[in-house]
Amino acid sequence: MNLRYAAIKILRAVLTLWLVVTFVFVVLRVTGDPTEQLLPDDIDPLIRDYYRTAWGLDRPLWEQYLKYFQSAFHGDFGISFRNRLPAAEVIWQRIPKTLELGLATFAAALAMGIPLGVFAALNRDRWLDRLTMSFAVFGFSMPNFFLGILLILLFALHLRILPSSGYGTAAHMVMPVITLATAFAGSIARFTRSAMLEVLARDYLRTAEAAGAGLGRRVWRHALPNAAIPIVTIVGFSLGGMIGGAVVTENVFAWPGVGRLLTSAVADRDLSVVQGIVVLVAVTMVAANLAVDLAYGWLDPRVRVGARERTR
Amino acid sequence: MTGIPHPVPPAARLLQRRRLLPRRLLPHGLPASVAACIGFLAAIAFLAVFARLLAPYGHEATDLLHRLRPPFWMDRAIDAHLLGTDKLGRDLLSRLLVATQVSMALALLGTLIGAVLGIALGILAAHRGGWVDELVMMAVDWQAAMPFLIIALAVLAFLGNDFLLFLALMGLAGWETYARLTRGLVLAAREQGYAVAVRSLGARPGRLYLRHILPNVMGPLIVQLTLNFPQTILLETSLSFLGLGIQPPLTSLGQMLGEGRDYLLTAWWLAVIPGAVIFLTTLSMSIAGDWLRSRLDPTQL
Repeated sequence: MNLRYAAIKILRAVLTLWLVVTFVFVVLRVTGDPTEQLLPDDIDPLIRDYYRTAWGLDRPLWEQYLKYFQSAFHGDFGISFRNRLPAAEVIWQRIPKTLELGLATFAAALAMGIPLGVFAALNRDRWLDRLTMSFAVFGFSMPNFFLGILLILLFALHLRILPSSGYGTAAHMVMPVITLATAFAGSIARFTRSAMLEVLARDYLRTAEAAGAGLGRRVWRHALPNAAIPIVTIVGFSLGGMIGGAVVTENVFAWPGVGRLLTSAVADRDLSVVQGIVVLVAVTMVAANLAVDLAYGWLDPRVRVGARERTR
Repeated sequence: MTGIPHPVPPAARLLQRRRLLPRRLLPHGLPASVAACIGFLAAIAFLAVFARLLAPYGHEATDLLHRLRPPFWMDRAIDAHLLGTDKLGRDLLSRLLVATQVSMALALLGTLIGAVLGIALGILAAHRGGWVDELVMMAVDWQAAMPFLIIALAVLAFLGNDFLLFLALMGLAGWETYARLTRGLVLAAREQGYAVAVRSLGARPGRLYLRHILPNVMGPLIVQLTLNFPQTILLETSLSFLGLGIQPPLTSLGQMLGEGRDYLLTAWWLAVIPGAVIFLTTLSMSIAGDWLRSRLDPTQL
């Protein structure tokens, strides 16, 4: 892998993070004096001044910015005024639950999307292909919250085989995972299909066929690895949509994760928690994009070899 | 020129006539599914525009004697409320019409604001190049890297909810796709014969971009518009569903769904009917947009 390429990508990632943290700082300062928002209106001005000094709001702006940046770097976003705990701790407790949901969704979406896309490409323009593409459009257009509600109506209220919401057993996970994975599986199937169609038309696959490789070997050994790059890209790109989807889905199913924490923090204007989550999402997104960029080199030997030749 | 009939060779005349035949139109023309989607969108547009005239009641008017009534095809339905009523006895049909108007107007305005902003910045980036280009593309990358729902939630938390702010957020969603697309299209178009010719004739940049290049690259931009529109609807309805978007007394499809979700056991239609309107609208728009894209650029997915 080209070292310069990797260095530029990492630099860009750090820059993006810095921009996000700065954006949060600027928006927070634009909104005005936090003491006016957090303290009651009729409070003694002396107490207000005390807090202003205690929170460093009497310092020059650049000093506040440096201080803010320093504490953000250490994961310190202040105290959640709702339950008097450090915001980072409040968020930290929720992360495993969202991660659980996210990983299960990833697994379900990949397990459904990739085979669907491959079979659609192999049966181009036949009914399986049409069905897969319809499913992709369906998943893309279906709002998370509506799918979730339809699932609750069917499985929890009508058939009574799944709990309607909450957290705990594996049964609690079924509906949130279906809700989140549907749109994701649809777009994976769609990109897998187009990537496969492109690869299947290549000469080396005709060569493989002439050399006597069976259909299964041709598809899984020769075609799919070469179609992997667009698939990895779309998986990386979909993460943002999935984070947004998780916020909604967690709310529909009362899943006690970061998404639900975010909406309640926004409703209560618990700003330290909101800041912490925004930075957490930014870190996740930047890390995912970086991983996708770096995965290219690992997945595509041409990038490795090409890079080596170019650096020579 | 007038009065002299144009000589048309027989073969060309045949071609002209064939083009008018519906059989020639159908295979490459409008498939039935796309026609149905466009029809549905036209109906929704009609209902949205004339919502306040068509609504039998005010969307806030309560009828406390008839609360949680079902739609007309079920038992206990009453003639006065075709689609039933909610917990306060408000007419679901009237609310649905007003909510459709609000949601569609927000999505349309948001999409247009985003398109104008993105196209302007894209042209600016392509025209100026250098650090302006770098700056615009950095903003594009930055916005693409953050899930917009999270940005929107953060802004709503920091600044509080306000209708104009909410509309601005709708406009900011997706501007980066237009900016990136426009920049690429303009950079490519600038090198083409007609653009070079217009420039060497002494046209000012404004005239070159707005009168000559923009009309020529409009196709992909319109496709992007149709693909962006459903996303804007989903953003608005998601935020309103979470109770953080459109606030009462105004209503939107997402807000109706959010309210209706507390009555799934007793009055499922309160959530399902607005949900179905959202879904069918975004679905129709996506199918129509996909079709448009495949017509304009068959090489893309």
